Amino acid sequence: MALLEIKNLSVSVDDMEILKNIDLSIGKGETHVLMGPNGAGKSTLGNALMGNPQYVVTSGNIYFNGLDIKDETTDKRAKAGMFMSFQNPLEVPGISLSAFIRNAIIKQSGQKLKFTEYKKNLKDNMELLNFDESYKDRDLNVGFSGGEKKKAEILQLLMLNPSFAILDETDSGLDVDAVRTVSEGVKEYQKKGDGALLIITHSTRILESLHVDKTHILVKGRIVDSGDGSLVEQINEKGFEKYLN
Amino acid sequence: MEKERTEVNDVDRSMYDFRYSDKDSYKVNEGLTEDIVLTISKEKHDPEWMKDFRLKSLEVYNKLKLPDWGPDISGLNMDDIVTYVRPNTKMSASWEEVPKDIKDTFERLGIPQAERSSLAGVGAQYDSELVYHNVKKEVSEQGVIYTDMESALTGEYEQMVKDHFMKLVPPSDHKFAALHGAVWSGGSFVYVPPGVKVEIPLQSYFRLNAPGAGQFEHTLIIVSEGADLHFIEGCSAPKYNVANLHAGCVELYVGKNARLRYSTIENWSKNMYNLNTKRAICEEGGSIEWISGSFGSHVSYLYPSSILKGDDSHAEFTGITFAGKGQNLDTGAKMVHVGKRSSSYINTKSISKAGGISTYRSSVTVLPSAEDSKASVSCASLMLDDISRSDTVPAMDIRTDKADIGHEAKIGRISDDAIFYLMSRGIPEDDAKAMIVSGFADPVSKELPLEYAVEMNNLIQLEMKGAIG
Repeated sequence: MALLEIKNLSVSVDDMEILKNIDLSIGKGETHVLMGPNGAGKSTLGNALMGNPQYVVTSGNIYFNGLDIKDETTDKRAKAGMFMSFQNPLEVPGISLSAFIRNAIIKQSGQKLKFTEYKKNLKDNMELLNFDESYKDRDLNVGFSGGEKKKAEILQLLMLNPSFAILDETDSGLDVDAVRTVSEGVKEYQKKGDGALLIITHSTRILESLHVDKTHILVKGRIVDSGDGSLVEQINEKGFEKYLN
Repeated sequence: MEKERTEVNDVDRSMYDFRYSDKDSYKVNEGLTEDIVLTISKEKHDPEWMKDFRLKSLEVYNKLKLPDWGPDISGLNMDDIVTYVRPNTKMSASWEEVPKDIKDTFERLGIPQAERSSLAGVGAQYDSELVYHNVKKEVSEQGVIYTDMESALTGEYEQMVKDHFMKLVPPSDHKFAALHGAVWSGGSFVYVPPGVKVEIPLQSYFRLNAPGAGQFEHTLIIVSEGADLHFIEGCSAPKYNVANLHAGCVELYVGKNARLRYSTIENWSKNMYNLNTKRAICEEGGSIEWISGSFGSHVSYLYPSSILKGDDSHAEFTGITFAGKGQNLDTGAKMVHVGKRSSSYINTKSISKAGGISTYRSSVTVLPSAEDSKASVSCASLMLDDISRSDTVPAMDIRTDKADIGHEAKIGRISDDAIFYLMSRGIPEDDAKAMIVSGFADPVSKELPLEYAVEMNNLIQLEMKGAIG
């Protein structure tokens, strides 16, 4: 049984159909890449999987661990082991990054957390991401630069350690060094266990040092091609030209 | 998929809603007549001048019209309001001597506990009269006077009271100030001698227990030259199906280079008309800081005002208002700059939910004499749904070119994206909303005394989740 099974999924935003009849299957520990030109509907898929109420599923099903989660609220999906790194993480004043992550871990596990253990884990992961430790006490994303926001997302990925993570354009707007750091973080997540990934991107920079199992090309709301990791190379050289007509 | 909507229930305020029978207490008849005013005056052993003052105030009350610019108060009928309810006890300086049901009330509100841990003195009013008043020995030894208004009025501070009572807020100010002048009862009197710094706060707590009653306490605080005081005021009432009225009056006199911080958390029940008047005057170099949290009441009109009379005087107002279902809260602040280089700073947050209306209303006046003054106003509103309302009405009247004025207003709806973001980390919708609201309120809660910051956070959680949890 696949970890995530998407069947014949169509999604609308403001009554406009964006995704049409998507089928996709992701197994435990697999890394899938979703590529496509701007406006193809890549982020729509991420948001629909995560249950953003602005994205309405008009047909089809989403099975996660064999259960149809299409009607579950976002927090329940997260509790079931799903995660999304946001393209534009929101600023939330009044709660520190550290307190927020701790809160999320407790809400998801329903258990108490050993504070010293948590602190050490947080420190280690921040070091790995080359993320200045002082940021843990700052309000969540408030006044963070684009790169810092993305680091904070990957930090949450590592701390929450979900069984499936969507990375929505995590590399966009980052300089070369930041992309490298972020991809180190993602590699660490892959290494940790059997966590699966759906990496949404329109460039290939973040993928350079990552192992990829499958690549899907999304154009105008449909998956038009799927292949292994080598498809990334192909896109890298030739772009999406051949799919556009 | 249908858009997910979690029903946010109206708040369960049962932690404030416990109440006791008032069968043993003495009360006057409903309504407002000369006889009733005279009865109150006699019951309270007023000096002659106070009796006259009450009668004159009643005359003014009968002449003045109701305000025609704010929330609707037609549900308030003075003929139904009992203006004086005396609990069946004398004021005591020991909780042991306070009758059990009244003592229980304050225990449940955490007052004696707070007194032991973090206050220099406490006054507790139940309906129309103080039932407890005590001040720590160290503080009274510094010459600080903290007593109920009645003791001050009929004792050695009578002249001081006479010199200040309703001089800052005259009965002619508005109809409910006149009402207050006629039927006022209870409240606190504080005098801090020159140079004395009171390190820990004094607190008065006002509890209105009787249904259909009014509470009209008067707070008079005089902080002398170079002195320093933090005064905390708390209020609550259980919910009844009839209208209750609160028309208190607060007058604060801040001397030269003195500093006063006045913190309030108001949590009246949602059948309360809160028509309260608060005013401060600052002499040269004096400073007043208002911290104000408005959570309760059906209708509120509340605009603490500061008169910056002296050169280099300073006023700050930090406030938060939370209007839920059936609430129309009209709150803000008023600043009047008279002295040179005087400065004022207003920072408010208002939240509305479930059809509640929250209006921020302020006025800043800079007179020609107030050269080189600075005034800044910043107000932000957060609406939690499509049926709630938020308005801002900031008025400015600047009569000198030599003033530095700033104004910033933000009105917004709670962000669906932010809720989705928090939920994507496993946080349920209600918690996510509460988190965003707490964050919005954070700059204000930081200014509150700790127990009150905790209480405010609890109130926000309560308002957001509709249950005690």
